[in-house]
Amino acid sequence: MTLLLLAVALYASAGLAAAVFHRRLLAIVYPLCIAAAMLAIIAGLPVLFEGTSETLHLPLGLPSIGLHLALDPLSGFFGFIVNGGVLAASIYGLGLDREHDLSPRIEPLVPVFAAAMNLVLIAADAFGFLFFWELMSLSSWALVVANHRDPANLRAGHVYLVMAAIGTAALLFAFGGMAGVAGGYSFAAIRDAALDPVVAGLVLTAALIGTGSKAGLFPLHAWLPLAHPAAPSHVSALMSGVMTKVAIYGVIRIVFDLLSTPQWWWSLPFLVLGAATAVMGLLYALLDGDVKRVLAYSTVENVGIIFVGLGLALAFRTTGLEAAAAVAMAAALLHSLNHSWFKSLLFLGAGAVLHATGRRDFDGLGGLIHRMPVTAVFVLVGCLSASALPPFNGFVSEWLLFQAVLAGPEFPEPLLRFLSPAVGALLALAAALAAACFVRLYGIAFLGRPRSPEAARAREVPGVQVAAMGMLAALCLAGGLFGGAMARSLQPLLLMLTGAALPGRASGPTALSLVAFNASRSSYDAPTILAFLLISGVLTTLLVHRLSSRRSRRSAAWDCGFPDSSPSNQYSASSFSQPLRRVYGSTAFGSTETIDMPAPGDHRPARLRVGFRDHAWDWLYLAPARFILASSLRLNQLQFLTIRSYLVLMFSALIVLLVIAAVWF
Amino acid sequence: MLFVGQAIQMVLVIALAPLVTGIVRKVKARFMGRIGPPVIQPYRDLIKLMRKETVFAENASWLFRAAPYAIFAFTWVAAALVPSFASGLMFNWAADVIALVALLGAARVFLALAGMDVGTSFGGIGASREMMIATLAEPAMLLVVLTMALAAGTTQLPGVADFLISAPITVRVSLALALVALVMVALAENARIPVDNPATHLELTMVHEAMLLEYSGRHLAMIEASSQLKLVLYLSLIVSLFVPFGMAPAQSGVAAWAFGGFAYVGKLIAGAVLLGMWEVSVAKMRVFRVSEFLGGAFVFAFLAILLAFLTREVMR
Repeated sequence: MTLLLLAVALYASAGLAAAVFHRRLLAIVYPLCIAAAMLAIIAGLPVLFEGTSETLHLPLGLPSIGLHLALDPLSGFFGFIVNGGVLAASIYGLGLDREHDLSPRIEPLVPVFAAAMNLVLIAADAFGFLFFWELMSLSSWALVVANHRDPANLRAGHVYLVMAAIGTAALLFAFGGMAGVAGGYSFAAIRDAALDPVVAGLVLTAALIGTGSKAGLFPLHAWLPLAHPAAPSHVSALMSGVMTKVAIYGVIRIVFDLLSTPQWWWSLPFLVLGAATAVMGLLYALLDGDVKRVLAYSTVENVGIIFVGLGLALAFRTTGLEAAAAVAMAAALLHSLNHSWFKSLLFLGAGAVLHATGRRDFDGLGGLIHRMPVTAVFVLVGCLSASALPPFNGFVSEWLLFQAVLAGPEFPEPLLRFLSPAVGALLALAAALAAACFVRLYGIAFLGRPRSPEAARAREVPGVQVAAMGMLAALCLAGGLFGGAMARSLQPLLLMLTGAALPGRASGPTALSLVAFNASRSSYDAPTILAFLLISGVLTTLLVHRLSSRRSRRSAAWDCGFPDSSPSNQYSASSFSQPLRRVYGSTAFGSTETIDMPAPGDHRPARLRVGFRDHAWDWLYLAPARFILASSLRLNQLQFLTIRSYLVLMFSALIVLLVIAAVWF
Repeated sequence: MLFVGQAIQMVLVIALAPLVTGIVRKVKARFMGRIGPPVIQPYRDLIKLMRKETVFAENASWLFRAAPYAIFAFTWVAAALVPSFASGLMFNWAADVIALVALLGAARVFLALAGMDVGTSFGGIGASREMMIATLAEPAMLLVVLTMALAAGTTQLPGVADFLISAPITVRVSLALALVALVMVALAENARIPVDNPATHLELTMVHEAMLLEYSGRHLAMIEASSQLKLVLYLSLIVSLFVPFGMAPAQSGVAAWAFGGFAYVGKLIAGAVLLGMWEVSVAKMRVFRVSEFLGGAFVFAFLAILLAFLTREVMR
């Protein structure tokens, strides 16, 4: 605990130093952040592995309450995610250009943001949690609008601010509901309180709105693809890879720890919204033409997967199936960790592309595999992990989640028995859509021929930035290979949250196997598969090279005999998604294609117009905004009344109040 | 012993793969009134391609050169996991049905990326359509194998096969639906009519072939071999799950293996003949009809797993 507070102090001093001595000391932020992140990781790991917890009560904050801090396995696990992400982003930050990239609007805020996330995780009373939560929101908001000259960033900041305010208000209600009966705001007092089922349901709704809006749960996700890409890329990596996990931490803390008597039907919103989020996030991603926005939408998808895992864990735990609950919870937790790694990697890769070419729209990229060869390899690893392909880490959590879905027939509730295969089908659809999304991203940005002069001139980014990506890529592979060991190391946490854990080390075929229930029911052994793949791949390559003709030469692309000279004739991102738009877009987005074909002899160019509507945005954001605007315009007239009308208003209000008082009492 | 069995299976699937394709082509030719090439023609084609010079497009990257071997390795490992003549071989435990689907997905991703590497419009069109087809076929496939896993109480393929060998033969609606869906998915994944035409070139309707247009020589041979291997994989999957007759159960002797081997080859040939007959009797669909066809497969698979969930109270 002391170490962790020391790390937080280090973060804070880095932010302070950069803010006070700006210009000269901006560059010191990242080395300090690296030190603080390492310190925090070292501080958190023993708690995670040993399952102990430490508490601390500081005389800060509200009088008579003070500040409660606690470090338990759940905080330790999410602290590992947060500080790992901060570490990678800070290493990447070391390579930023001192002249052009560092800015007093960005660097002082990065450590503040990191410190706020750490403090949310160890806060153990409602006031501290909300205060640090708000600090996290505000510091990330300031980073979103750091480049305030771009009107798109300002709009993103506006939407983010509104959504963050709504989310915090909802959390305020949630904690108010939980603490109202108990009369205490510390988590220990909240845990002991027995809540009325109706109040508990309301608390759950408020908590889902509060944390779901931060995590990007559909349909509260709309701010996320605007705000995450607007920040500088290493901050985007933090927001997408790490801050969404703090929101996941919030929902786990409230639903699995603080609320005392969970009901089975609480899992329904998790399952339905999670599955919808997973599929919709990818459909949005497939239609978008901006690399960083596609990555942000993919975050929405992964948050959906995590919510499905949490929903299944909740459903299994409340119906007494602890073993299955442990599998589902392990899937959700591991996916949080895995997603933080591969999404940070992909955002840093997008940052490298942006730095090298100055562009993040697909129409200006292409052929980067030749010009940025090392970045291209690491981003490929990230894409394969995000597509949940073996032997990388995304597949491990996906595999565990499907194992949990398969335990669905054991549910005593018919509704859950019906819902779990539907959720499984949507997850399968999301997995396949993710592969399409990342083939599109990698194929358009890194493969093919450059679509713009900037892409043709691109250069590899500084070595330390490549190293940051390399570290994350290595973690993605290691997470895939040692998923079994990682899942088993979560044992204290799983016992705390679900009352069961995954089978021990001796139960699998080898020490590294991932086993869900027992070895005869399901096991997955990534090291064996990788060895198998390597042996067969290398053997085949050697054999083929030995037996076949060695002659080879380079020549112009054949392309069915009609090679197109211009790189702009390549398949573009929007042409890649055309079949998917036709298949899914008409139902999900009411997408339309109109072809404007000039008559023969007319010299006008033919045009294809593609349009779609975002129903969630139209109905959930624009409609209330219009309503508020219209009603405030209507109410605005009250400002310009004559004195007689004001007197009439006051008297009638008085009479109405008197009548109410007379009737009521 | 098990290791030997695993090695036999790995060699067997590779050795048989071109033959199965040859039989399909022969059957199609006979039904069309042609004599057709001999059934060993695919072997000759592969050898011929190996001997030819390999031409790369000017813009081809290392990914283009590595992809054929990666695709082959992923497909081969996946094929090694599907029970063929015997169940419970050496490495069957290393990956289950979910990993099998994901391995095939990885092979497909590399193929699509290789198609986009050179930067031609045909490669892009092939990759884009392949991924669209995959978004429907892969979930359907996953639901089918999960249905089988649910019936058997395990996601391990040998366990599923053992269950189906030993289970009393009863007509189950969910398994029948799963079979229909799996066959539809197999047609799509192997680029067979009505989803794609393996014999077509230079048409805007092609999908699979469009991604390979820039490949030549040994690389083309590797990709052709992986496609043939994939066909054998799907046929093995279908016959081992739905016609497990003759397959040697786990821990059985050489005699059972030999019998299993003969039964396996017989079933593969029968499957190839049926596929050839099917391909001459239907027409290819437009690309955007494929989504309806595969949407149908997805719905069948979903109904299958739904029935399995609702009828099965407790999983073993």
